[in-house]
Amino acid sequence: MDRISQIYNDEKLLKKLHDDRDITIEDVLENEMVINMGPQHPATHGVLRLVLRLDGETVTGIVPELGYLHRGYEKMAENMSYIEFIPHTDRLDYTGTMCNNVGYVLAVEKLAGIEAPKRAQYIRMIVSELSRIAAHMVAIGTYAMDVGAVTMVMWTFREREKINSIFDRIAGARFTTSYTRIGGVASDIDDQSISEIAKFLSELEPALVEMDKLLLSNRIFIDRLEGIGILPKEDAIALGVTGPNLRASGVEYDVRRAKPYLFYNEIDFKIPTFTQGDCLARYFQRGDEVRESIKILRQCLDKIPNGEVIANSPKKVLPHKTEIYSKMEELIHDFMIINFGINPPVGDTFFSVENPKGELGFYIVSNGSGQPWKLKIHSPSFCNLQALSQLCKGAMVSDVIAIIGSLDPVMGEADK
Amino acid sequence: MNTKELIIEKVKEKFGESIEEISDFRDDLCFTIKRDQIVTFGKFLKEDPDLQFIMCKDVTAIDWATRKNRFTTVYHIYSFKLNYTLRLKSNIDDDPPTIESVSPVWPSANWYERETWDMYGIKFINHPDLRRMYMPEGFEHHPLRKDFPVLGIPGSLPLPRKAD
Amino acid sequence: MGLEAVLQKDGFFTTTIDAIVAWSRRSSVWPMPMGISCCAIEMIAAADPKYDIARFGSEVMRFSPRQSDLMIVAGTVTYKMAQVVRRIYDQMPEPKWVIAMGACTSSGGMYRSYSVVQGIDQFLPVDVYTAGCPPRPENLLNALMTIQEKIGKTKARDFQNRSLAELEHSQN
Repeated sequence: MDRISQIYNDEKLLKKLHDDRDITIEDVLENEMVINMGPQHPATHGVLRLVLRLDGETVTGIVPELGYLHRGYEKMAENMSYIEFIPHTDRLDYTGTMCNNVGYVLAVEKLAGIEAPKRAQYIRMIVSELSRIAAHMVAIGTYAMDVGAVTMVMWTFREREKINSIFDRIAGARFTTSYTRIGGVASDIDDQSISEIAKFLSELEPALVEMDKLLLSNRIFIDRLEGIGILPKEDAIALGVTGPNLRASGVEYDVRRAKPYLFYNEIDFKIPTFTQGDCLARYFQRGDEVRESIKILRQCLDKIPNGEVIANSPKKVLPHKTEIYSKMEELIHDFMIINFGINPPVGDTFFSVENPKGELGFYIVSNGSGQPWKLKIHSPSFCNLQALSQLCKGAMVSDVIAIIGSLDPVMGEADK
Repeated sequence: MNTKELIIEKVKEKFGESIEEISDFRDDLCFTIKRDQIVTFGKFLKEDPDLQFIMCKDVTAIDWATRKNRFTTVYHIYSFKLNYTLRLKSNIDDDPPTIESVSPVWPSANWYERETWDMYGIKFINHPDLRRMYMPEGFEHHPLRKDFPVLGIPGSLPLPRKAD
Repeated sequence: MGLEAVLQKDGFFTTTIDAIVAWSRRSSVWPMPMGISCCAIEMIAAADPKYDIARFGSEVMRFSPRQSDLMIVAGTVTYKMAQVVRRIYDQMPEPKWVIAMGACTSSGGMYRSYSVVQGIDQFLPVDVYTAGCPPRPENLLNALMTIQEKIGKTKARDFQNRSLAELEHSQN
């Protein structure tokens, strides 16, 4: 109420409101409008504010404004130990959550020089690929809902609920799980979970065929997406775009192939690429990536070895709970690790993984103590949003919605 | 010869005296360069036909609170040809800290440098559009500096009144 | 099935106007989802076929504040976003209720930092708080049922003579 009374008491503004009574048709035809597509909007995939300059209905300029979800991750990371930061990494890309955990823990393991056992790496691969499918389901569903096909969001969320119940069984929580630990994963997966995953995969493939039949023969959907928001190959590299957006513009770059981590070099999968670079290519790219993930998951479920799930490095990895309560050495190690942290050597590392949205990287600077001196999160949505102002020039207002949906930003990651 | 030796050799023959330090920790190559040479160095790395570091992945800064060179800017650049991520560092010692912007060389560094200005207060000369990225425009402090408390300074950000 | 099953003779029943008004208000609470971050995904999950929120009367999730009666604030509210949330709350017509979904809105959650508001009750009147990070969809449905009980106890004259905040000034 303060602001409203301020507006009515402001002399300059009142004068403007009174004097501007003669709006003629020339005003609209000669001047450009500046409109605000505010942070609260059903179709901006989170709290993203766009200021558009319009000439009629064509966009001549666009300025995105971020920061409405800036929670101060990097500052908090300097004040808490490496283990305490794991739940925070869950909330970065909150549509596919397990991948962020895996990325952070791999970066810390590279810095500290720990290697997790093989079964733990396979479990990490399985949950990463399941998160990839879940994230692409959200992306496809909400994108189709933005463009007008509201049924898709119900169908894709139905598939996502099955993944959530699998995560519930493995990790205890539906989606922000914090399942990985430094040196392995928190707990083992049992045979029933493996059979549930296999059952889910066999139900997913006919569901994908059904979804394709719904959308891809729909003239309106194709017309709204084809030829809109074309991103050529050189611009994509120059603007720093990553992930499915880069691959849909013709660049064959996937961190799982370029710098293989976990055991991706033992798994056989293709990298789908398209050359057109428009919104429809980005949509197909995500659908193809889900199919590749199904292939990867089937191979992982066959090849998973037996063994333990946490590394045996007493000074850096937390011991098992039952041993802490009964043995002296483990109790001392647990106390030291929780209170003083793992102490990696002095230095800095950069490590990146392939998230569903792009390449998530962590740059950690350590000064030898239990807390990082600096932690920088290289988030893919931040890089992808940089391309927005170039993609939207010359498009219509409703195409802006289609372009944002195809870039698929997640503001929890872009704002850190 | 492998990638790292190729890069070190090519860089040393052209910029031998500007390099302050070469380090190789956990298999990551990193060059520390004098701060006025950063743009020419970046241009050389981008345009050389054997190296072709055409993608800038990240630009950030480190605040060493008590050292003489208080800030260090860090750049991560990637080459598709060599499939290698290189790190460049540059120490800044003046106060208020300034350095030249690399966005004429790599356009993707635009937003990363804005974020570094917002969080650390390092001014980038020749940047096309240096505004705050995350904090609102009227905010006077730079949050990631080591002298800013993690709980914030009360009163620095306005809150709407609870009118009941 | 409803009223028709208990009717024995011709249909007359006596009740108070308050009961009818309260019953109609609580059976069709239209929420305005203020989805900001991770809790928004669980809110969409509460609307999907498994945890259907439409069977509680919240069939339409209107993204316009002028057409809704319940605001579900889902996600971390920062100082920059607080101005926007307050402005949207002011635009909702009376009667209106607020659910604070999740730990971040109830008390700042796990984010003790310089830019997160430690609880939205510092600038909004909240009716129901929900715990969880994120709360399960069943938890959100429980919160909705608590709001429905709260509405069931209101009287029709509680909301008279209270004009919209913005109109106050222009009518004077």
